[in-house]
Amino acid sequence: MALDDLYREVILDHYAHPRNRGRLEPNDVAMEGANPLCGDELVLYLRLQDGRVEGVSFEGHGCSISQASASMMTEAIKGKTLDEARALVASFKGMMRGEEPGDEMGDLAALQGVRKFPVRVKCATLPWISLEQGLDEYSARR
Amino acid sequence: MVLGTGIRDDFPLLSQTVDGKPLVYLDSAATSQKPRQVLDALSEYYRSYNANVHRGIYRLAEEATAKYEEARVKLASFVGAARPEEIVFTRGTTEALNLVAATWGRANVGPGDEILLTEMEHHSNIVPWQMLAAERGAILKYVPVTDEGRLDLDAFDRLLAGRPKLVGLTHQSNVLGTINPVRWIADLAHQAGALVVVDAAQSAPHQRVDVAALGADFLAFSGHKMLGPMGIGGLWARYALLDAMPPYHGGGEMITSVGLDRSTYKDPPYKFEAGTPNVADAIALGVAVDYMRQVGLEAITEHVHDLTAYALLRLKEIPGLTIYGPQTATNRGGAVAFTLDRVHPHDVAQVLDGEGIAVRAGHHCAEPLHRRFGIPASARASFHLYNTRAEVDALVEGLHKVRRLFARASSAAKEGAHGAG
Repeated sequence: MALDDLYREVILDHYAHPRNRGRLEPNDVAMEGANPLCGDELVLYLRLQDGRVEGVSFEGHGCSISQASASMMTEAIKGKTLDEARALVASFKGMMRGEEPGDEMGDLAALQGVRKFPVRVKCATLPWISLEQGLDEYSARR
Repeated sequence: MVLGTGIRDDFPLLSQTVDGKPLVYLDSAATSQKPRQVLDALSEYYRSYNANVHRGIYRLAEEATAKYEEARVKLASFVGAARPEEIVFTRGTTEALNLVAATWGRANVGPGDEILLTEMEHHSNIVPWQMLAAERGAILKYVPVTDEGRLDLDAFDRLLAGRPKLVGLTHQSNVLGTINPVRWIADLAHQAGALVVVDAAQSAPHQRVDVAALGADFLAFSGHKMLGPMGIGGLWARYALLDAMPPYHGGGEMITSVGLDRSTYKDPPYKFEAGTPNVADAIALGVAVDYMRQVGLEAITEHVHDLTAYALLRLKEIPGLTIYGPQTATNRGGAVAFTLDRVHPHDVAQVLDGEGIAVRAGHHCAEPLHRRFGIPASARASFHLYNTRAEVDALVEGLHKVRRLFARASSAAKEGAHGAG
């Protein structure tokens, strides 16, 4: 198992220089996520306007994979419609199950190496599950 | 090093490679590897004399029973028990501690009673007492851990004023490596009227554990950490104490007579061993104890001590590495937990795995202790009689590789990350 497949340049870069990190105020969604066994904790903030992700950020702590995945996710969903964001969640989960990533995944495709390391898959999916739960909660509220 | 590398030939698993690199197994605090003698004993049992114990008239059953009871005698001698009947076979430390909580605990702990534990306990010496406390309305209190990773003995003294019914503590921390002054604590606890339960899961594998010298009332251990198989371990308690305790699980083997409304129970240890016991693993654990005694317990203790001292010395060479627990090997066992600045412990373990080095990352079933030190997780290297100084060197080399890989992460946001990124 080549470690380079896991620690791709773009992943280490997002870990070193996380994008959209910090608390977002005001926000429409503040969704907590955690992997209790790893101690990874994350809060995802979304500001939604006219059916689009107008603002997004995250805070928390965790391993390089969970942090990079969160950072890349925030970049990928900014400006997307809620349906597009949900579609991306589905694509990301599909990639973690072994599906080939489509063009819409962009840099996120770098995370496909994670699936060769089964215990780390839950690190990569943590922010995406928070996103899905956050959107579900938001829809239920309205 | 005290023991030669020839000892590794007894452990078939250790000769393998990982991605072409020699396996460096540094996770014996989680489970030890097993010598050929133990593996052979398991195989011999199932090939030659597998039969259910304590009931057969035929020769096979007699042999299985004799060997099973012989293993009990070996364990009794190993922990310095007054008689073999003071050893109850369990699945391991966790079941032994649950047994004490569920039997002695239910019979003796009531509303408002205090149970005194320590902040450095493994979850297996916390959760059973939480369950008991919730059921009985008892109160849990904890002896704090100092910054150096030792028990705060002054605080312990003060906490005894609450006259706890029970003091529960680990002989050796599975994270910090700290070896606790059990005798000192037991004497004070007894003066205050408490019984003392000792978790010996981490100490029994590497050092002489003598229940009388320790002043313990209960002592729990796990076979799989002391070169034996998984699924077997034991509880030691004084016979009179066991005799006064209600049974644990109900079922066959633990009764003298069963009626439709009530039953009568056997004497200890059998009243705590309902159902078909784990005969093969008990016998193999006896063989593991023989093996440790043949190598020499003092030699094992010294060997692990030497590796620990060497590891503490060499790990300090690594910039940004923090060791938790005592910084020297005095009164310290062979478990060394550490964090590396700006690299999460899981990433540390992952990169080391790429070098064939097996270390653990996480909270090692000691969440309250990690919270005490303000970290969500740590990486841990731990040693046993088969480890070498060369493996410590490999660990240090591997950690330098981790640092190089994550060097670019130097400006990772530290906020909210407890320094772990």
